[in-house]
Amino acid sequence: MRLEPIPSPTVARRVVPPVLAISSTVVIASVLAMIAGANPFSVLGLILKGAFGSQFALLETLNRATPLIFTGLAAAVAFRAKFWNIGAEAQLYAGALMTVLLGTGLLPWPSLPLLAVLAVAAILAGAVLLLVPAILKTRFGVDEVVTTLLSNFIFLLFISMLLEGPLKDPMGMGWPKSARVIPEARLPRIVDGLRLHWGFGLAIISAITVWIIQARSTFGYEMRAVGLNREAAAFAGIPVNLVLVKTALLSGGLAALAGFSEVAGVKASLTLDLSPGFGYTGIIVAMLALLNPLGVIVAALFVAGVFVGADSMSRAAEVPTYLADIMLAVALLLMVLAILLTRFRVVRD
Amino acid sequence: MTTQTGAVLRLNGITKRFGTLVANDAISVSLDTGEVVALLGENGAGKTTLMNILFGQYTADEGSVEVFGETLPPGNSRAALDAGVGMVHQHFTLADNLTVQENITLGVGSLFRASLGWSAARARILDLSERFHLKVAPDVRVGSLSVGERQRVEILKALYRDVKILILDEPTAVLTPQEAEDLFATLRKAIANGLSIIFISHKLHEVMAIADRVVVLRHGKMVGGVDTGDTTKEKLAAMMMGAEAVPPDVAPATPGAALMQLDGVSTPDKGSAPGLKQASLDLRAGQIIGLAGVSGNGQAALADVVGGVAVPVAGRVMMGDAPVTGWSPRVAVENGIARIPEDRHKTGTIADFDLTENAILERYTRAPFSRRGWLNWRRAREFADGIIGKYDVRCPGPNTAIRLLSGGNMQKLILGRVLEAGPQIILANQPVRGLDIGAVHYVHSQLLAARDAGAAVLLISEDLDEIMALADVIHVIAEGRLSPGFERGSMTPAELGLWMAGQGGSDAA
Repeated sequence: MRLEPIPSPTVARRVVPPVLAISSTVVIASVLAMIAGANPFSVLGLILKGAFGSQFALLETLNRATPLIFTGLAAAVAFRAKFWNIGAEAQLYAGALMTVLLGTGLLPWPSLPLLAVLAVAAILAGAVLLLVPAILKTRFGVDEVVTTLLSNFIFLLFISMLLEGPLKDPMGMGWPKSARVIPEARLPRIVDGLRLHWGFGLAIISAITVWIIQARSTFGYEMRAVGLNREAAAFAGIPVNLVLVKTALLSGGLAALAGFSEVAGVKASLTLDLSPGFGYTGIIVAMLALLNPLGVIVAALFVAGVFVGADSMSRAAEVPTYLADIMLAVALLLMVLAILLTRFRVVRD
Repeated sequence: MTTQTGAVLRLNGITKRFGTLVANDAISVSLDTGEVVALLGENGAGKTTLMNILFGQYTADEGSVEVFGETLPPGNSRAALDAGVGMVHQHFTLADNLTVQENITLGVGSLFRASLGWSAARARILDLSERFHLKVAPDVRVGSLSVGERQRVEILKALYRDVKILILDEPTAVLTPQEAEDLFATLRKAIANGLSIIFISHKLHEVMAIADRVVVLRHGKMVGGVDTGDTTKEKLAAMMMGAEAVPPDVAPATPGAALMQLDGVSTPDKGSAPGLKQASLDLRAGQIIGLAGVSGNGQAALADVVGGVAVPVAGRVMMGDAPVTGWSPRVAVENGIARIPEDRHKTGTIADFDLTENAILERYTRAPFSRRGWLNWRRAREFADGIIGKYDVRCPGPNTAIRLLSGGNMQKLILGRVLEAGPQIILANQPVRGLDIGAVHYVHSQLLAARDAGAAVLLISEDLDEIMALADVIHVIAEGRLSPGFERGSMTPAELGLWMAGQGGSDAA
């Protein structure tokens, strides 16, 4: 068997494989559910119901999708320029750290200006954190995959140190947990009485903004050019290193907003389990979205839905929630294959 | 013509369709032992498709491939190789981060063999490179080689595999006349030893010199097969183009002021590629300077300095009367330098960008294409549409990805992109490599028109015929050193060849 490139893929050729990838994921999940001794149709029904079946479920899914939209955008932006930011987890915590540093009473301001300052501070913290790997890469050619990946562990240990020391909440009964942010630093709900905070709105606005930047701005054009062909971009006069650094700043800032939104919108304080790997899951979201900023919203809803739905399903059907992890892994692998099949056809020898 | 019975390779009625496009329409070619058959045709005539079918990259819709009387299974890329067919591609298939020797031996032996046979392989490579005049250093990394040297490695790679049938795709594009003669001599020797050769070329005089028989393709159809003894260059050109091809007339130049001067410019060596050594050069308005030389002798370094990609470590670059500062590609473009790069696939265009995006690549920061950081796609598309119309770029439209275009059309877009800015200085680095005759004449006439309109043109080429036809003044570059300028017609190819070999001027007074 060989792969033959397709010169100009038709619309069907570009749409069918991704759709097949998602439906195959569902089929494989059903088989696993059967192996676990459950009726696959009821398991899938329960996942769907648990994710989108009620107002409560839907809001839970949207809340869970919020940090994933931010980290997904962070990965999508960086990967578009072929800057491999694997450190969104660290940048998320950097954003969360700024939020608790400034939001626990240091700035006794009214809500709106305080939230704006917290968001900007979070963006700056995430951007600066990614600036180091970006400069190491552009100046000395240090592989950013290694530096950003390792920054996750280093930064988490740093947070751990702070939570055991200067940031430890005196009222926290010994738990490694920061003090709670003041009420003015909490993100309000979008609609009164509904459990959905403005972090979700900010995520949607961010996705649209990133999409506009990529499609319409010279910076977006530069990012895409650098990602597709660094040599040609440099020859044409695009300042490749500067573009990479700017891309890194944008990516780090977006990932940090996830931390801001989780602290100011949901948890109110900083703990070491603020993120169950949102930074890493963001990479899956970005890949499923084919790096399209608007696709990131859809992919984040899908991923969040699988997690939330599987949680609720496992309580009802006694199938482990690990089914969610498997579904995401399978979806990612099949999507990578699907991307290949949109550009190549398989030829049998 | 030899009889069919002696055929070592036969392509029988090959037809290949891509959607509605018929890339190969019932093409039959046979090759006899010790014969050289030239495959001649414009870009898009179907030569590459035919070779891809031979090597199992594509499966033919109709027809079959026979090697030594055996029909090859369709679509099996090992079959042709195992049967003793070797190909030297126009676009090289070498691993940059491996050495010459590693590239040549790659895939020959089993991975599970205890010994790599390194020294035996090395001796064999050195022997082959000696016999075939293909000078290479086995331990140098391919990434640091010039285009010309890479091709030598490609040829050696095929020879190392003991091929019986050798297919050469545009093999002389990167060689000096002497080297090309050497190559032809050794190819003849190889033929005497029982090899058979298919020679794909655009250069009619080479086809006439080396081939026994010529098969001409046009628009996927076989237009004819003739013995070279029974035809002429003109007849072949007419068969290939469907009309007599007329090269542009070159009127004498009227050079004006120096628009750009290099004054004792030096750049560092890059691997085995020499940098410039104290190079001085005047680019004058209304004049074409031709830079001749074997590839990998510092042409890239000179092109980089003129194009703004490299900053000299010594010497000055003057624009008009003032030395340049902050030299970069963007500054070069803003100083009115039109840059046609050597490699249009890798540096000239971004393959997955469409024509519009490629058209504004050098000027997207400027009005009318952008304002305050926001692009104006409507104006960009109008610009691309203008180039498509004016420079006759054959494509479905400005939203087509440029990788889908043929080399000639890609080059026309680059030409339009740089010429539409009304450049003062044109840096044309191998502007016609790999193009068909029609596109070659087109590019040349555009360069001449720009010269007559007062532009200074620097034409860098490894094709001496091209340099001698177009250049008003010729400089030869060897080991990073520039020869003095020679006026048009003052030197013979052999004299220039001496300079190219680095021996020019040594016996002069």
